[in-house]
Amino acid sequence: MRNVLPVLTVLLVIVGIWYAAAIWMNSAWTIDRADGPLTFSEIVSDTMSQDRPRLPAPHQVWAEFQKTVFDTKVTSKRSLVFHGWITLSSTLAGFALGTVTGILMAVGIVYSRPVSMSLMPWAIISQTIPIVALAPMIIVVLASLGVDGRAVPKAIISAYLCYFPVLVGMVKGLKSPDAMQLDLMKTWSATGWQSFWRLRFPSSVPYLFTSLKVGIAAALVGTIVGELPTGAVRGLGARILIGDQFGNPMMIWSALIAAAVLAGVLVTVVSVMQTVAMKRMGFAR
Amino acid sequence: MSVIEAKKLELTFQTNDGPVHALADVNLEIGKGDFVSFIGPSGCGKTTFLRCIAGLETPTGGTLSVNGMTADEARRSRAYGYVFQAAGLYPWRTIAGNVRLPLEIMGYPKAEMSDRVARVLELVELSGFEKKYPWQLSGGMQQRASIARALAFDADILLMDEPFGALDEIVRDHLNEQLLSLWARTEKTIAFVTHSIPEAVYLSTKIVVMSPRPGRITDVIDSSLPKERPLDIRDSKEFLEIAHRVREGLRAGHAYDE
Repeated sequence: MRNVLPVLTVLLVIVGIWYAAAIWMNSAWTIDRADGPLTFSEIVSDTMSQDRPRLPAPHQVWAEFQKTVFDTKVTSKRSLVFHGWITLSSTLAGFALGTVTGILMAVGIVYSRPVSMSLMPWAIISQTIPIVALAPMIIVVLASLGVDGRAVPKAIISAYLCYFPVLVGMVKGLKSPDAMQLDLMKTWSATGWQSFWRLRFPSSVPYLFTSLKVGIAAALVGTIVGELPTGAVRGLGARILIGDQFGNPMMIWSALIAAAVLAGVLVTVVSVMQTVAMKRMGFAR
Repeated sequence: MSVIEAKKLELTFQTNDGPVHALADVNLEIGKGDFVSFIGPSGCGKTTFLRCIAGLETPTGGTLSVNGMTADEARRSRAYGYVFQAAGLYPWRTIAGNVRLPLEIMGYPKAEMSDRVARVLELVELSGFEKKYPWQLSGGMQQRASIARALAFDADILLMDEPFGALDEIVRDHLNEQLLSLWARTEKTIAFVTHSIPEAVYLSTKIVVMSPRPGRITDVIDSSLPKERPLDIRDSKEFLEIAHRVREGLRAGHAYDE
């Protein structure tokens, strides 16, 4: 309960600001259409129920959200659960791919100076290129390689955003054992393999989980971005784009809310895994 | 028969400010079953010398033999156990798991591992703590566990680098007493680095006094104290005489210049 109260307070403030902004942004249209002068309460009630508001009020978004999440069959193309699942599966694939890539690159960077010198600058540069610009190219290149469908390119775009925090965290984590602990391994004349699995990797686990929390959020953003400029018709990103093209703000906003809920759930799941792992490994007491 | 023998040992580090003579002309013989303490101010090379014996540093001159081999060969044949100033136990392993770690690395059979772990934990009086995690133990107990870890694979030599330096004096006294009884029972050769004169005199059969710039040996004192040493031997005339000689040796090495 202690944790819920601050969250609810912030939520309440956001909803309050949202309503105020909806009145303000939608009132111009209300006044334009009016035959004569309007009272304040007439303006307010009209701004709450426009069909195509500039900014839909929270209850309008909620109604759309409810309709497309709970009242629509999940197999239907109108169901946000359906689109959410498309996005989720790509996100998880991208997350897995990105995490493995990040870890492998970190191992290379920690163990080999040439790899570190040649790979690290490119890893940083890779993150300065806007993913929106890169996404269509990835799809075109993959299509010309004969990869059908959107799942693979989306997962790659997602992994592209997600590998970097994992890489940075793991480099730090794998380097975290101090000189004494490495010397100790040497006094036992342990092999590099043994030092890695018994010392470096377990030492890096706290860093890994912190990175995974950032990584999974980045993977979701990557997937949605991968759905935006590519003419996709399925997934939360596609819903946002279609809502925009057809002038349906409720559709955009409910897809955004769905994406936010999904992000929250994913980060929470990783957090719980982190807490359990930290406890079991004796890092937390 | 000498277990460790250094002749004209030298180690010079090249730094940006020019060469640093960490060790110069170090000659020493350590016999089987000796308890040798190295004492001296910071920078006198006592830890560096211990690391040379362990094969963690490579001397730039002279010869050093450990068990009749080079230090690096001795390291590879797992001739010694090394205890650092910090216990360095893995938080994700239990006490038994930490002591088992070198045995796993050295590929001991499973059944033998648990026998050995039980035996060395008994030796450091930590039986019953097998399943505890390091954070559940006091600093002194953690250091005892790290000693058990160094003893687990039956190396004849135990190298200890200020193992009790971070502990308070009462715990330290107790651990010193335990270490002596452990040494008597296991008949290991122990090389022990310390800052403390009473600790060095109380523990050792041989005290090596060192001084800095360049790191060198200024005095080697063979202790005349009996092997059986209760804590109150530290008030005896003999003890104080040896302690005095150590202090003189430190002063002669200009240890108190600055």
